[in-house]
Amino acid sequence: MSRLGSYFIFLGTLFRNREKLRVYMSLILNECTSIGVGSIFIVALVNTFIGAVTCVQTAYNLTNPFVPKNIIALIVRDSSILELAPTLSCIVLAGKVGSNIAGELGTMRITEQIDALEVMGINSSSYLVLPKVIASVLMFPLLVIMAGFLAILGGYIAGTLAGVISSEDYVTGLRVDYKPFGVTFALIKTVVFAFLVSTISAYQGYNVRGGALEVGAASTSAVTNSCIAIVAADFVLTQMLLT
Amino acid sequence: MIEIKNIEKTFGDRHVLAGISGSFEPGKTTLVIGTSGTGKSVLLKCMIGLVKPDKGEVLYDGRNFLTGDLEDQKAIRREMGVLFQGSALFDSKTVLQNVRFPLDMLTDLSEKEKVDRSQECLQRVGLGDAGDRMPSEISGGMKKRVGIARAIVLNPKYLFCDEPNSGLDPLTSIKIDQLISEITEEYQITTVVITHDMNSMMEIGEKIMFLHKGKKVWEGNSNSLIHSDVKELNEFINANKLIREMEK
Repeated sequence: MSRLGSYFIFLGTLFRNREKLRVYMSLILNECTSIGVGSIFIVALVNTFIGAVTCVQTAYNLTNPFVPKNIIALIVRDSSILELAPTLSCIVLAGKVGSNIAGELGTMRITEQIDALEVMGINSSSYLVLPKVIASVLMFPLLVIMAGFLAILGGYIAGTLAGVISSEDYVTGLRVDYKPFGVTFALIKTVVFAFLVSTISAYQGYNVRGGALEVGAASTSAVTNSCIAIVAADFVLTQMLLT
Repeated sequence: MIEIKNIEKTFGDRHVLAGISGSFEPGKTTLVIGTSGTGKSVLLKCMIGLVKPDKGEVLYDGRNFLTGDLEDQKAIRREMGVLFQGSALFDSKTVLQNVRFPLDMLTDLSEKEKVDRSQECLQRVGLGDAGDRMPSEISGGMKKRVGIARAIVLNPKYLFCDEPNSGLDPLTSIKIDQLISEITEEYQITTVVITHDMNSMMEIGEKIMFLHKGKKVWEGNSNSLIHSDVKELNEFINANKLIREMEK
């Protein structure tokens, strides 16, 4: 409980005594490049294959001849948009971005770079962490939109190449019973996940005490705690928004 | 002038600072010496606001740093320059960007003025041509010099150096000491140096405070250092073979 309280106090420090807005602009752009552009490859790769696997596995399990084949595409679409693209991508990003944030801040802490900012009269948490949080909240949804498209494309490629579904059936299935709210739901989830991953990882890194061993431990905790927060928030948001 | 009055700090049940008082004069380099774990670095951190003391006052030209509001503290902090033990250069910035960082954050100077001032400071520490290099590409001694350049870029009134010689060879150490001493005199800065380096004490020890078990047990200068009758100080300085031989 004390750690939770300390986490919320840490969040408060991000928004108090901020520096001038112009200071943050270039930092946010740099973080967007690092967090967003730097994660395109891994998010694209994972989601394309996840879409492909979902398609083939669904086809494998649909043995009833009375169930139309286009159901496969519908299942790939809904599972990708509602769950796989936002949640799985954010778990991947927790590993990539979260460990990076915790490692970077932890190293800055143990090498006194954060102390150097503090003695200059700069709010170090706001200066270092706020751009990462804003960049994550901006870039994660873009990555998830790409992830959703690629998962569906991966399903199409795998399904048609493996011969489990025809091209026409797949496209038809994608258009059956489509609910646009699914995309809104995915984006809401992603924004929440982005905030959790970036702030939890920053909290772990910023509060490191000790040396290299502790920085490594902070990176591990950042990923573990972010993943736990993601699945817990996923459940809560699903209950709130889909029931 | 900096004055500290009855500074106390406890971590858990460990009394690290047990009521330290003293003053630090402008244009002079004051060394705070003592064995490891005597509270030198904690005292420095209390003075610069990185650690809040349990008791006591820190006065910068009469302004109470610890009880002032956030804006007053910020104003005092902007008059400080700090050289950290590990230099604390920002890894992601070049040497020049490191030096101009305080100017970018805390001043409204034009781009040209910032570059000129940063370059001037780098030249002052003998690194005029190293501006484009990354901290990972320069030696430990050069990092200390860059740290000093960054610390003086805002023309500070107070300069704090935490073990400026740690990890450096004796020759580079002396150069760093001399540089700190020259800058102190040149700009009439109030300089506080935390060290346990005997060479530094002999070289730039205009005023020396010796701490033992969280208390100030001796104050003097490099001349009186080796003739002191304080047992703990004698044990500390006699650990150095050179001093032992000098005494003989």
